[in-house]
Amino acid sequence: MAVKAVKPYRFPPRDTVEKFPAPLLFIGWEDHFMFVAPICVPVPSEAPFQVVIDKVLPEAYGQHPDFARIEWDKVEWFRSGEPFRPDPAKSLKENGLGHKSVIRFRTPGLEGIGGAYF
Amino acid sequence: MDTRLEKKKLSLRERYHLMTRGLGWEPTYQPADKVFPFTTYEGIKIHDWDKFEDPFRLTMDAYWKYQGEKEKKLYAVIDAFAQNNGFLNISDARYLNAIKIFIQGVTPLEYYAHRGFAFAGRHFRGEGLRVACQMQSLDELRHTQTEIHAISPYNRFFNGFHHPRHWFDRMWYLSVPKSFFEDANTGGPFEFLTAISFSFEYVLTNLLFLPFMSGAAYNGDLSTVTFGFSAQSDESRHMTLGIECIKFMLEQDEANVPIVQHWIDKWFWRGYRVLTLVGMMMDYMLPKRVMSWREAWEIYGEQNGGALFNDLARYGIREPAGFRDAIDGKDHISHQAWLTFYTYNPLAAFHTWVPTDAELDWLSAKYPESFDKYYRPRLLYLREQEKAGKPVANKNLPLLCNVCQIPMFFTEPGNPRMICYRESVYEGERYHFCSDHCKAIFDHEPEKYVQSWLPVQQILQGNCFKPGTDPTAPGFDPVAAVLDYYELNVGRDNFWYEGSEDQRNFAAWRAAAQNN
Repeated sequence: MAVKAVKPYRFPPRDTVEKFPAPLLFIGWEDHFMFVAPICVPVPSEAPFQVVIDKVLPEAYGQHPDFARIEWDKVEWFRSGEPFRPDPAKSLKENGLGHKSVIRFRTPGLEGIGGAYF
Repeated sequence: MDTRLEKKKLSLRERYHLMTRGLGWEPTYQPADKVFPFTTYEGIKIHDWDKFEDPFRLTMDAYWKYQGEKEKKLYAVIDAFAQNNGFLNISDARYLNAIKIFIQGVTPLEYYAHRGFAFAGRHFRGEGLRVACQMQSLDELRHTQTEIHAISPYNRFFNGFHHPRHWFDRMWYLSVPKSFFEDANTGGPFEFLTAISFSFEYVLTNLLFLPFMSGAAYNGDLSTVTFGFSAQSDESRHMTLGIECIKFMLEQDEANVPIVQHWIDKWFWRGYRVLTLVGMMMDYMLPKRVMSWREAWEIYGEQNGGALFNDLARYGIREPAGFRDAIDGKDHISHQAWLTFYTYNPLAAFHTWVPTDAELDWLSAKYPESFDKYYRPRLLYLREQEKAGKPVANKNLPLLCNVCQIPMFFTEPGNPRMICYRESVYEGERYHFCSDHCKAIFDHEPEKYVQSWLPVQQILQGNCFKPGTDPTAPGFDPVAAVLDYYELNVGRDNFWYEGSEDQRNFAAWRAAAQNN
C-alpha cells in the first residue's frame, strides 16, 4: 500500500546508516526484564562478534547478578527471531548482521530475579 | 402613525439553519475543487453534505455565551484554590506526578487538536460539519489555556512543571503522544476526524478522563477537577461529533466502508498504545485510587467498545483488528510501563517510586492473574536495591517501536515472559515494531513512518545536544549533554520520589500548616 496524497509523497528515511557513528545493533536478553526492552548500540560492522560478548554486553548488563553466571558456550542466539550460531571470530557483517539488525540471546538456567524474569 | 409590526421571532430550528447552512455559498471566482482541495483525495465519497446532522444545533452566539459563563466559574475556583494554598490539601505529593504527565503530554495535544479541527473545519464542504469543527477547534484552544491555568499553581511549589512546551518537542517519552497527534494532523480531514473525533474522543476518551478528573477529585485536587467539569459538556459534544461523522461517512457511500475500517483499525491501536501511560497512572500514581486500569478497560474498552462495534456492524464495520490483543494486554501494560519509567527515572521529568505494602496488596487483588507472579517480585527487588542505596537505573538506550515510539517492552499476546518483536524491510531499510498492529500501520503507509523522529536514534545521531557541544571532548558525558538539551533541572525534576525535594517540601509545608 502507499500513502494517499495530493502531490508526490517521498521523503528520505531518517535513520540511514551513514548518519550514525556505526551501524546500530539491537540486542535483547530473554527472561531479563530489568532492562525493559532490547538495547540499541552502535557497533562497527568490521568488529568481530566477540566484541559484543566481551564489551557491549558487560557494559549493558553487567549490573545484573545473573550476568556473571552466564556460561557463554551454552547461550542460545537468535537473529530476527530465528535460531543462529554466531562465529565470534568473524565480523558482525560476516555473521549476517547489518544496520538495525536485531539479535536476542537466551541463557539457559538463568531466568532473572525472584523467578519473575527480571 | 402606522402601527409598528413586531418582527416574528425565529424558531430555534430556523435560527440554527440560518446561522449554519445559511452561511455557506457556492464559490464562483474559483472552481470548488480548488477552494476545497482536500475533500476527495482520501477516497471518501460524499454525495450530499447536507445529510450531516449536528445534533447539538449550537450556534456561535450561544457558544460564546455558554463558554463565557463556564469560564467565569472555573477561574473563580482556580483563584480560590491558589489563595487558600489548596495544594496542601491533596492526598500526597506523589499524586502530582500524574499531573506533571498531564501538563507535559496531554495539554500540548489539546493544542494540536485545536489546529487539527481548524484544518478540518476549513476543508470540509458541508456547513454543518464545518461549524461543528470550528466550535471544537475553539474548545480545544480553551482547554489548552484552562488546563495550563488550572495546573500552573503547582509550578510555584513543585518541580517538573516549569518547561512543558520545551520538553514536548524533545523529551524521549513525550515523542509518544506527540507523534500520535502529528500522525493524525498530517492525515486528510476525514482520517483526522476518524482518528480524533471517533477513535479517540468517542471510543477511548473516558479512559483518559477517568484517571485525571475522578483521580483529581479523589485526591483533593480541586483545581484540576474543576477544569474537568468545565470541559465535560464540551467532551459530550465532541463525542457526538465523532459518532455522527462516522455514520455520515458510512451512510454516504458503500465504498467508504473499507477505508473507514482501516482507519478504525489504525487509530484504535494508536490510541490504545498512548493510553498505556494512563493505565500506569491509574494503577501506580494516584495515592487514592479510583479503580484499576483493568477495571476501567473492561467497562469502557471491552463492554462499551464491544457494544459500539456491534452497533456499527449493520454498516459492515467490525471490531478493530487489535481489539483482542488490547484485551490480552490489560493484565500487564500498566505494570510494564511503570517498571520502565522507574528504571529510566534519571531521564524523566517526574518521579516514580515502589508502591507501599498496602498498595502492592491492592494491585495483587486487582490483578490476580499477573501481579504476584510477574510484577510484585520485580518491585520488591527495586525496593530492596533502593533501600541499599543502589536504585536500579537503566543506562542503555532502548529499541523503540517505529510507529508508536514506545520502548519495546510489550510482551507477546498470551506470553508475558517474551517481548513481542516484529520487523519489516522497506526499500532496503529495516524497521522494528512492538506488535502486529503497529507493523500493519507501517506496512500500509511506509513512506510516512520512515520519517519517524525516534528519540534514541536522534540522540545517537548527535541531534540532541545543545549547539556548541563537543562530543569528542575528553570526559564527554552524553547523558548529561542530553539532559542539558532537555533543560531538565537534574536532581530536582528527575530521579525517584523517595528523597526528592518535592517529598521534603510537601512534608515540611503540610507540617507547618497543621502544627504550631
